[in-house]
Amino acid sequence: MPFDHETVVGFAKSFGLFYLIILSSICLAWTYWPSNKKGFDEAAQMPVSEGEDRPWR
Amino acid sequence: MLADFTRGERTTASIILGALLVVGLAMAIVGRNDLIGIHGWVVCAAALAGIVTILRQFDLPEPTPERYSEYYDAPTRLGLILTLAWGVVGMAAGVWVAALLAWPDLTFDVAWLSFGRLRPIHTSGVIFGFGGNALIATSFHVLQRTTRARLPDAISPWFVLLGYNLFCVIAASGYLMGLTQSKEYAEPEWYADIWLVVVWVVYFAIYMRTLARRKESHIYVANWYYMAFILVVAILHIVNNLAVPVSLGSAKSYSLFAGVQDAMTQWWYGHNAVAFFLTAGFLGMMYYYLPKRAGRPIFSYRMSIISFWGITFMYMWAGSHHLHYTALPHWVQTLGMAFSIVLLVPSWASAGNALLTLNGAWHKVRDDAVLRFMALAAIFYGITTFEGSFMAIRAVNSLSHYTDWTIGHVHAGALGWVAMITFGSLYSLVPSMFKRERIYSQRLVEVHFWLALSGTVVYVFAMWNSGVIQGLMWRTYDETGTLSYSFIESLVAMHPYYIARAFGGLLFLLGALTALYNVIMTIRMPARGAALGAEGDLPATPALQAGE
Repeated sequence: MPFDHETVVGFAKSFGLFYLIILSSICLAWTYWPSNKKGFDEAAQMPVSEGEDRPWR
Repeated sequence: MLADFTRGERTTASIILGALLVVGLAMAIVGRNDLIGIHGWVVCAAALAGIVTILRQFDLPEPTPERYSEYYDAPTRLGLILTLAWGVVGMAAGVWVAALLAWPDLTFDVAWLSFGRLRPIHTSGVIFGFGGNALIATSFHVLQRTTRARLPDAISPWFVLLGYNLFCVIAASGYLMGLTQSKEYAEPEWYADIWLVVVWVVYFAIYMRTLARRKESHIYVANWYYMAFILVVAILHIVNNLAVPVSLGSAKSYSLFAGVQDAMTQWWYGHNAVAFFLTAGFLGMMYYYLPKRAGRPIFSYRMSIISFWGITFMYMWAGSHHLHYTALPHWVQTLGMAFSIVLLVPSWASAGNALLTLNGAWHKVRDDAVLRFMALAAIFYGITTFEGSFMAIRAVNSLSHYTDWTIGHVHAGALGWVAMITFGSLYSLVPSMFKRERIYSQRLVEVHFWLALSGTVVYVFAMWNSGVIQGLMWRTYDETGTLSYSFIESLVAMHPYYIARAFGGLLFLLGALTALYNVIMTIRMPARGAALGAEGDLPATPALQAGE
């Protein structure tokens, strides 16, 4: 397979499509995975929690 | 500053500065017949100033172990002041070059006063000086608070902050002397670029080392944005600046790329600088300071994650929309256009997320100008990203490209989004960082808000008008098929808008000066608790001394 313009275009148009579809699926699955919800809810509270303004040790 | 360093760290800092002095001397000697030699002396002066500071304070008592129960905020404090200082310099340069466009005689036939040399001082001054310092200062603050871990050591944050500002000084002084590699937003020459890579690697290492010691298991979304900013800017910067210098004693270098590859690399860099420097980093800022100020957690944490991956993986491909109707292959232009349109989804998800967070806190937005800055930033972020997707469409671009519409779009983003979120975050951060009860004058924040908003509106409307008129005049043909207007006729038609633009910019600059005054007066106020005569264990003097 020669490394010319047509090859690069073919690669970009095929691999690029599936790469982004798979990536989106992984991202959506991880975000909406039920067991991840608790961690996200806790994280969302981080900026507004009124704890002491000190590091943990 | 040195009081926070252990004896070992003081020695290490001296060695680093000694090495910098040697490099500066080498540049000055090898490049004595070239402009790089002048920069060599600038580096020497910076290194010597650092060495003198260390020697004068070398025998200060060592810091006590109690420091580990405090966050390390001294670099953030200086970073906030540098943000405002660069903001004023960069915006003043902007007003000046805007005036130059309206009244070209203002160059007075002095080379370094010409538009070509001053304009990059404006762009680099506001993007890298103002924006960059704001990102560094706030990222150190957000990183520590959301991981509940102190920064890993005392030297590296100072190395990043001061080293980055040395880069900014080298860049700006180089432009005045006429040094540029003619790549927009990547003008500094090869030696400045190499220095920035060193600084940037240390910056990323600080992030990794602090995260490794974090107490919170989940990494808060703001940190993801900051890390995307650091990591991707490193990649962009290195690839776009691949170049071979004429010699080690010459400032001039030649890019590795040529022709359309060079153009594509440059705009892959240029658009991602907008995406990861001016968007991702400032979204990190927004996702921390907006919920904090509003007292409400972000509306949808899940949406912020999806927006993050959307922005990160789609912006990468949008750069080619800068090269519509050029020698770039047609399908690459279409690719950039398609990704630019899809980008509207994660962009509006972020803007909507911010505004929905404010639902239930609108009374605070009404009463608190600081939160209003952030709310307005989210609105402008929504407007600008919509406009950007629209302008990336090839047919729209045929009207907008090369006209002032582009300048209007950039400033809707830079003034309306980047500067507004920065000022909002800065005002909310300054009192606690300097251990003051409150900001010096809430009224001045209010004044600043209205100056900033009216300046932005005047500026953006002037450029929208002038851009569309320009675009139309350049594409109007008469019955014989020739252009109806000469270029100079379109230039004359722009004149009133150029005056309006300079006025809008002036309003915005006055706002930034108000902020600088307000912050200085805040720092000069008595410390929290001191005025009440409370037996607080806080020092009565500002924690940041001159020379720190």
